[in-house]
Amino acid sequence: MHPLLAQLRRLIFYLLGWIPLAGMLAYLLAVPGGLTWWQAFAVSVPLCLLYAFVCMAAWYPCLATPLERSSVPRFLVTHGLGAIVASGLWVAAARLLARMLAGFEGFHDIVYELSKDLPLLFGTGVLLYLLAVGFHYVLLAVEASRQAEARMMQASLLARDAELRALKAQVNPHFLFNSLNSISALTASDPAKAREMCILLGDFLRRTLGLGEKPAIPLSEEMSLIHAFLAVEQIRYGDRLKMEESIDRTALDAEVPPLLLQPLVENAIVHGVANLVAGGWIRLVAQRRDGRLEIAVENVFDPEGPRRLRNGVGLVNVRQRLEARYGSQSSFVASAEGDLFRVAITLPVQSEDARASAPAVLKEKIS
Amino acid sequence: MTLPEDRKIRTMIVDDEDLARQVLREFLSKHAEIEIVAECANGFQAVKSAAELKPDLVFLDIQMPKLDGFEVLELIGSESAVIFVTAYDTFAIRAFEVHAIDYLLKPVGATRFEAALERAKERLSGKLPPAPMPAMELAAAARPPQQYLDRIPVRDGSSVFIIPVAKLDYAEAQDDYVALASQGKKHLKQQTISSLEAALDPSRFLRIHRSYIVNLERVAKIEPYGKDSYVAVLNTGLQLPVSRAGHARLRAFLDR
Repeated sequence: MHPLLAQLRRLIFYLLGWIPLAGMLAYLLAVPGGLTWWQAFAVSVPLCLLYAFVCMAAWYPCLATPLERSSVPRFLVTHGLGAIVASGLWVAAARLLARMLAGFEGFHDIVYELSKDLPLLFGTGVLLYLLAVGFHYVLLAVEASRQAEARMMQASLLARDAELRALKAQVNPHFLFNSLNSISALTASDPAKAREMCILLGDFLRRTLGLGEKPAIPLSEEMSLIHAFLAVEQIRYGDRLKMEESIDRTALDAEVPPLLLQPLVENAIVHGVANLVAGGWIRLVAQRRDGRLEIAVENVFDPEGPRRLRNGVGLVNVRQRLEARYGSQSSFVASAEGDLFRVAITLPVQSEDARASAPAVLKEKIS
Repeated sequence: MTLPEDRKIRTMIVDDEDLARQVLREFLSKHAEIEIVAECANGFQAVKSAAELKPDLVFLDIQMPKLDGFEVLELIGSESAVIFVTAYDTFAIRAFEVHAIDYLLKPVGATRFEAALERAKERLSGKLPPAPMPAMELAAAARPPQQYLDRIPVRDGSSVFIIPVAKLDYAEAQDDYVALASQGKKHLKQQTISSLEAALDPSRFLRIHRSYIVNLERVAKIEPYGKDSYVAVLNTGLQLPVSRAGHARLRAFLDR
């Protein structure tokens, strides 16, 4: 569809642009043309209104002869012919209009007077048509760049989507292998405990599957996921693993991306507790402050212990997910001091009510 | 390492998880020829027990507190046959490069376990050739590329010292051993100076002599010493001989 007809606002602006042209045409007909001012305006206004629409037809030849891919002869022939046809029609319309006006008082000589100005009118018609051709090419360029921009936006949105999908936290397979090994040990020595561990492991896995698909979950749900994870690890590590929690009641309903904290706790176990002969503790602190959620995971570790595999992979993934999701609105700081390791993250609070009032675009991106 | 037919295979289990040790204990209990002499929950304990008990066979976890499995193997040497047991498959190549008998993945299956034990018995009865190189040389050879040592474990009898490389002043070759000088003490380790050189970050440590590697941060100055030869003077005032090739390397480094 013609871009000017697609929006009423654009059409009005276009027609307003023809008002000075109608004035100029009236001047041409009156001063060099010999018509009275009344006659000149009576002819120029309807003619320009008509021609405004005729010139809109230039859109189609412009579409068919794109500037960058058309030969010069083809370009000249197309628009030259277009100008001649359009202007010819215009002149014929002018003569028809003159005859219709001839009956009114003060317009008796208009047919004769106008017939002298027909070459002038024809020339003007050609020029105006060519002007319209130029205008339509500008319009085409604007349209093209707008489309390119939209495509780029779309592409970057898709890329970010893909990134978020790729970054979706996954359960560390070695956690599974080790847990299965523990279950295998228990089947002989303590079958009831083996069954319990199977059920705990199943519970944890089911939760990760269900939650992993959601864009965000309340902190309380993430915490119960962590508890399911710790229940399994507790069987493996026994007394060596101690967990402390200090979570603000107001923080519990704040929304977080699923499986954001579980990797931090797992990291604290693998690089902290598991490396200590007598075990150690993990502390999770969460609070809401000034519309932000602040979470810290701390653990003791052996600064002189052997290096572990996958060092930092889990942390990097959490940092990247935060960055992709919230950009500069989030922060991620990992620090080691003495035998204390600490990861502190902050992210904007998105509780249930805040999300409901979020703009539609944002909600679309989340889902 | 060849055993007489009637002797039991003295076996040690090293894993920081009680349940993981339990699986191995259960599998081993079906074999009358196996005697479990020790179970260890960390690397230090493992080295200590190995030094005292000289086991024939060691089941060794890799990721443990204090020392990882490779460090333990490096310290107990090739006196014992080693089977690694871990949840990670990424260490397999490294494990065979240090001539581990086998590499078991957790969860450990009975069939796979029996096959590994069979291989261990063959090795111990002399049907399989023993490791041709000392284990520590192999450990150095099997280090992942682009990754230099950040700590050196050293054994003295049944106790273990960890020397962070930043605290190593210099190393001196002494026959089959290197003497590692750190914080005013010297620790002997059975290793060639060349393999130690290969394992250290070349931008921090330099071989200045056939018998010496020096921590470049410790070098205060280089002084001529007689005709055509030099000494490196450390911060402590100690002088180390510098060979002609070593001097060229040192110059090239200092000019950089």
